Amino acid sequence: MSASLRVLQPGPQTTVQDLGRYGFQAYGVPVCGALDATALRLANALVGNEPAQAGLEIRLAGPSFEVIGGPARLALAGALAGIEVTLGDETRRYSAWRAIDVPEGARVRVGALAGSGCAVLAFAGGVDVPPVLGSRATDLKGRFGGHEGRALAAGDRLHLGKGEAQGPCLELASPPRASGEVTLRAVPGPQADAFTDEAVAAFFATPYRISREADRMGMRLEGPPLVFRHGADIVSDGIATGAIQVPGSGLPILLLADHQTIGGYAKIATVISADLPLAGGLMPGALIRFRAVTVAEGEEARRARQAEIVRLIASLASVREGARIDEAALYQANLISGVVTALESS
Amino acid sequence: MRGVAAEAAMAGGEAMTAKRIDARARFLPVGDTAFTVEFGDRIDPAINALVHRTAALLAEALPEGLVETVPSFRSLLVHYDPLRTSAQALQAFIGPLELEDDPRQAPSRIWRIPVLYGGEAGPDLAEVAAATGLGKAEVIALHAGTLYRVYVQGFLPGFAYLGDLPEALDLPRRTSPRVRVPPGSVAIAQRMSGIYPVESPGGWHLIGHTPLRFFDPAQSPPTLFAPGDGVRFVPVDADAHAAIAEAVGQGRYSVAKEEGPA
Repeated sequence: MSASLRVLQPGPQTTVQDLGRYGFQAYGVPVCGALDATALRLANALVGNEPAQAGLEIRLAGPSFEVIGGPARLALAGALAGIEVTLGDETRRYSAWRAIDVPEGARVRVGALAGSGCAVLAFAGGVDVPPVLGSRATDLKGRFGGHEGRALAAGDRLHLGKGEAQGPCLELASPPRASGEVTLRAVPGPQADAFTDEAVAAFFATPYRISREADRMGMRLEGPPLVFRHGADIVSDGIATGAIQVPGSGLPILLLADHQTIGGYAKIATVISADLPLAGGLMPGALIRFRAVTVAEGEEARRARQAEIVRLIASLASVREGARIDEAALYQANLISGVVTALESS
Repeated sequence: MRGVAAEAAMAGGEAMTAKRIDARARFLPVGDTAFTVEFGDRIDPAINALVHRTAALLAEALPEGLVETVPSFRSLLVHYDPLRTSAQALQAFIGPLELEDDPRQAPSRIWRIPVLYGGEAGPDLAEVAAATGLGKAEVIALHAGTLYRVYVQGFLPGFAYLGDLPEALDLPRRTSPRVRVPPGSVAIAQRMSGIYPVESPGGWHLIGHTPLRFFDPAQSPPTLFAPGDGVRFVPVDADAHAAIAEAVGQGRYSVAKEEGPA
């Protein structure tokens, strides 16, 4: 019998996500899927899954749950967080970026995320929800897919797919790290010509701050308003993830995985796919800059990102003995306190 | 590929002239996983037909690396996988494909959508009548007396933009959008009509309600309408509306349609 999770505390927004729902945007169905697709792929690799298997996307802080009906192997990728596994009166502490074998009956608590606002928790065998239109991704707005079309709630029970955890637990010795200042590369267009030349220059020269209005559909940015030649409205056309649309206020909105399929605001630029995982993890208050690249440079960056993921997956190795204690000390320290504060004030 | 396009042009009639897509449209950059094929800058049935025809050609040809296409009023968004192709390679493939001048065809099916107008079902009917200077019965007659075409689906899963609404009913969107529009609401704004498939915020004027369902993620395709379909609204009274709602709820209602060219 394969294991299940009984959710004790869901966390701020925990959803079932895979690499997204493709092929139905012509019907108005958004792609959805993990904001940080790289994290999903690496988390899956850590537990021995195929890259596209469904896992839990965590925003800001993780859930707690009980593993019932069998043992489970899990791994967190995309952010740092303390993971506590409690069986009886013994609690073990682990970190992200490694597989963890959790015995049947144990309780798991994933703490506050650090380094990114989103992470993926993968389970050997994947999270077994019924695919809808070819994907297990949750469509929060359409209220379908994932677990009952919504974020997890206390009391939910999630089945895990059959997938015997084989071999020793793997870890990623040198996980990707975000640097302090975030620069997102973006291709100007499709409607860069709706803006004055000065506005386009300002967009690529000025830092923007992620506002509090940020969710899986998109993030409103704060900074100098952009000036249109004529106006913000266009005859609605298709939207790609990463599009930066600018409504009449002149303040850009970076559109993420749950964006609408079409929209009627001019789009000044599109963040390249290699940088979307980074964008997905940005938290309110973060300062970002945009750097203009060509389509060919964007495609090249995506190929480089792909090669990097392949290299990271090839570098997975058995967890080193004794590493656990060091990690525990790390998480007892002040590594995550800043994020906890940000969470409480949001 | 030339063969497919030429065939399509022939099927459109001998009077049509076919032209390469890159002579009719421009390519616009949309990051590194998509580009736009833009045929014009306005809402026009002939331009929209070029968009849908291009989508059909690509669905048939399935060039390497194509992920999916998203038709809208006047352009086609082409999603591709940059690990398998490039914008340059895909545009070189699409550019020479040929399209006839106006590939519009009579709709092969016309859906008959029952609507209860006014009252609680259409809370904005009186306002629409006042704003257009028409009587409520005239608004209903105009709305139900028009054969609409599905231009685009989007905004919400299964939301179809149906045009063109008669000019006499042309109103801007509501100044304060509703936070919650119930599913099945039949609405108008500018020169379009639409039906909200799921509950959502919305700024269109609600003039009626239909018990039919337009989006079901358990089905593939998940929507009732397809591009180019015809749609006609048929006024029904409250009793008929209730009976249809019950039949829909029990899964024993099949939507009436007029078959064949209108």
